[in-house]
Amino acid sequence: MSNHLVLKKGLDIPIKGKAAPAVIKSVLPDIVAVKPTDFAGLVPRLLVKEGDPVKAGSPVMADKLHPEVLLTSPVSGKVKAVVRGAKRKLLAVLVEADAKQSFVDFGKKAPKDAEEVKALLMKSGLWCGLIQRPYGVMAAQDAAPKAIFISTFNTAPLAAVPEFTLAGSLEDLQSGVDALAMIAPVHVSVKADDSIFAKLQNANIHIVSGPHPAGNVGVQISHIAPIQKGETVWTVKPVLLAAIGHLINTGKLELKRKVAVTGPDATKHGYVECVPGTPVQDIAHVLPDVRVIGGDVLSGEILGADGYLGYFQDQLTLIHEGHEREWFGWAKPIRPGVFSSSMCYFSWLTPDKLYDMDTNVHGGPRAFVETKCFEDVTPMDIFPIYLIKACLAGDIEKMEKFGIYEVLPEDLALCDYVDPSKNEIQAYIQKGIDLMIKEMA
Amino acid sequence: MADEKKPGLFEKGGKLYWLHSSIDAFDTFLRVPGTVTAKGAHVRDGIDLKRVMIMVVVALIPAALFGMYNVGLQTSTLYGLEWGFFHKFFYGLLRMLPLFVVSYAVGLAIEFASAQIRGEEVNEGYLVTGFLIPLIVPVDVPLWMLALATAFSVIFVKEVFGGTGMNIWNPALVARAFLFFSYPSSMSGSSVWVSKTWAGLGDVDAISAATPLAIAHDGTFDAATGAVGQYSFMDMFWGFIPGSTGETSVVAILLGAILLIWTGVASWKIMVSSIAGGLLVGWLGWLAGATALPCYYQIVMGGFLFGSVFMATDPVTAAQTECGKWIYGFLIGALAVVVRLWNPGYMEGMMLAILLMNTFAPLIDHCVVSAHMSRRAKKALKA
Repeated sequence: MSNHLVLKKGLDIPIKGKAAPAVIKSVLPDIVAVKPTDFAGLVPRLLVKEGDPVKAGSPVMADKLHPEVLLTSPVSGKVKAVVRGAKRKLLAVLVEADAKQSFVDFGKKAPKDAEEVKALLMKSGLWCGLIQRPYGVMAAQDAAPKAIFISTFNTAPLAAVPEFTLAGSLEDLQSGVDALAMIAPVHVSVKADDSIFAKLQNANIHIVSGPHPAGNVGVQISHIAPIQKGETVWTVKPVLLAAIGHLINTGKLELKRKVAVTGPDATKHGYVECVPGTPVQDIAHVLPDVRVIGGDVLSGEILGADGYLGYFQDQLTLIHEGHEREWFGWAKPIRPGVFSSSMCYFSWLTPDKLYDMDTNVHGGPRAFVETKCFEDVTPMDIFPIYLIKACLAGDIEKMEKFGIYEVLPEDLALCDYVDPSKNEIQAYIQKGIDLMIKEMA
Repeated sequence: MADEKKPGLFEKGGKLYWLHSSIDAFDTFLRVPGTVTAKGAHVRDGIDLKRVMIMVVVALIPAALFGMYNVGLQTSTLYGLEWGFFHKFFYGLLRMLPLFVVSYAVGLAIEFASAQIRGEEVNEGYLVTGFLIPLIVPVDVPLWMLALATAFSVIFVKEVFGGTGMNIWNPALVARAFLFFSYPSSMSGSSVWVSKTWAGLGDVDAISAATPLAIAHDGTFDAATGAVGQYSFMDMFWGFIPGSTGETSVVAILLGAILLIWTGVASWKIMVSSIAGGLLVGWLGWLAGATALPCYYQIVMGGFLFGSVFMATDPVTAAQTECGKWIYGFLIGALAVVVRLWNPGYMEGMMLAILLMNTFAPLIDHCVVSAHMSRRAKKALKA
């Protein structure tokens, strides 16, 4: 029933600040933000105005191009403000949460076919949680994906452990898998045979092991069912899969999740229960000169101390800004405080040491020189350097040839990390993907 | 308030902004830059190009130190002088210093100027090139020639392509090729490989100190003792022979190779395949009667090993795909020995073999990548 996939390439970054597997607190914030910017490919149209009452599950925005795709409020309360940026771009809708939550009732009836599942997901706002590959955008509602992939483990630095966060949601996960299986075959990857998620029925179970990025769903897809031109695959995060199942089982939209508070500069490491859109300040205490990252240190988003947790995020990483300048850094034979995966330093002598990392780049931008390091951290059947250069050149034919359909920036995030020339690989890949979307539309 | 602050002397808008590349270079040489990540991965590895480049220089140090000793040794042997160990070493050191000074001064001046013109940070690639050039030329090469060759290679082989990382040919080797073709009398023959100008002994032209490669080329090989002219195999292995300063000692080069392979800075695949190519062709040549030398002599003589370890492996000019590296290395080794055995004009083929394969490296990569892609497409069709 299950296939074992062992990946050798990759790198686990030894950073301090793992979240202890315990819930520190459960938060119902005063203000919750609904951010359309969390969803690539969504063109938001506002459905509410200031002062409108909303319930958990009430629509707040719709997709301009597909009006049946709704974005809903995770809490009940009153619309407090609409935040716009430059050129009146809609950035967020702030909802003032009620002390006692009330939910929209979507009905407990289990959907019978794919159309019913799709309709329910669109109505409840959970459609926005489906990500389509290639390109990593919101799933197109008329697409027929060849498969749906769920990775139940995350190998990114300090990532939340689904075995802990979703231990009580197995029933919901199963209902979610059953519903999605009506749309397309579901593939679930687990990190070991004895994982609690290996028991999920109605899905192809794959055991995947190896260093980061083995847990990235994109890497798994490229080994299990590589995406060809014209094909689409959907992916969904376990935490949102549980929400889908919960919706089917109870008729309520419940986005509450356990968020891992991690990083060298978090004052308290552990899990905080909250909904997406919760202000960072309510989740963690932020010290000055500390960067708050929604997600992990490799491909997370900078939220800032006054930001709000993103829709897909179940991790906050706090890490200090590395403005300090080290004398003769590169020339010192030994730098005990700095980790390097390269053998040019001596980190290999202390394989179990965890490092107090900061955001310093440790060098200046240069042309590509060492390129084998990219291949060493990319466990996919692609030539990273050729793909990167094709993206830089904006050469669509070459991008296709070198595998742009299979990757998202997060899959090559380690290339960012290891590059001695300090190139912004993820940005280059994103640039390539944006060009593909524009040209292939 | 911050807006009202006057820009610093070297900051944008400051009076000496045009010098900012040079200032940056010195500043970041002393201290790691304080820049923080803006996009992409929020944390970065401690490695940077400065560290990578300095590892190559460290790997070259055994060959350089031995070479300095050997300069003194060859001179004292040639003139029958009774010099002690330190006398030999310091003689070599003093002879080599001007070469290093000229190579770095000329090269870095051009690097700084072009970085300035482009408005970019100064690249550290020249740290290695500048160290390599003195090691692969005869120690007595006139300094003005060296300056000219360095300037030519840095400008026309590196900067016109956009600097380190963009060049097609190895700049140090092109500097040597420039000298070789422009001033052959200072670069080849039997009289250039041993330092004499400072020895204070006259009639230098009469004295010959041919390299084993040249001696073997003339057919002086004693199969019974395994000696080439007056040099035994062990002399060549340890490096007590005339030649370019850095290239003579197999032991010193292997020490550097171990460091390069361990740190992963240079590809062991290129080194191994290049030696394999050299051995194979050397063996075929021996079978065919083109030479009396056993094939492993090809590895210890001349610049073969130095080229395989330090020049062919330059990550910028070498093949970039792993499979391509095997092919690239093998062809370098094979071609170098082909030139040695079947070419009446040049005794040493390593330089030209590497430059030729530098030219073809992108083609090798292209073939490797295309083959891989069509294999992948076929697999996908089946699935």
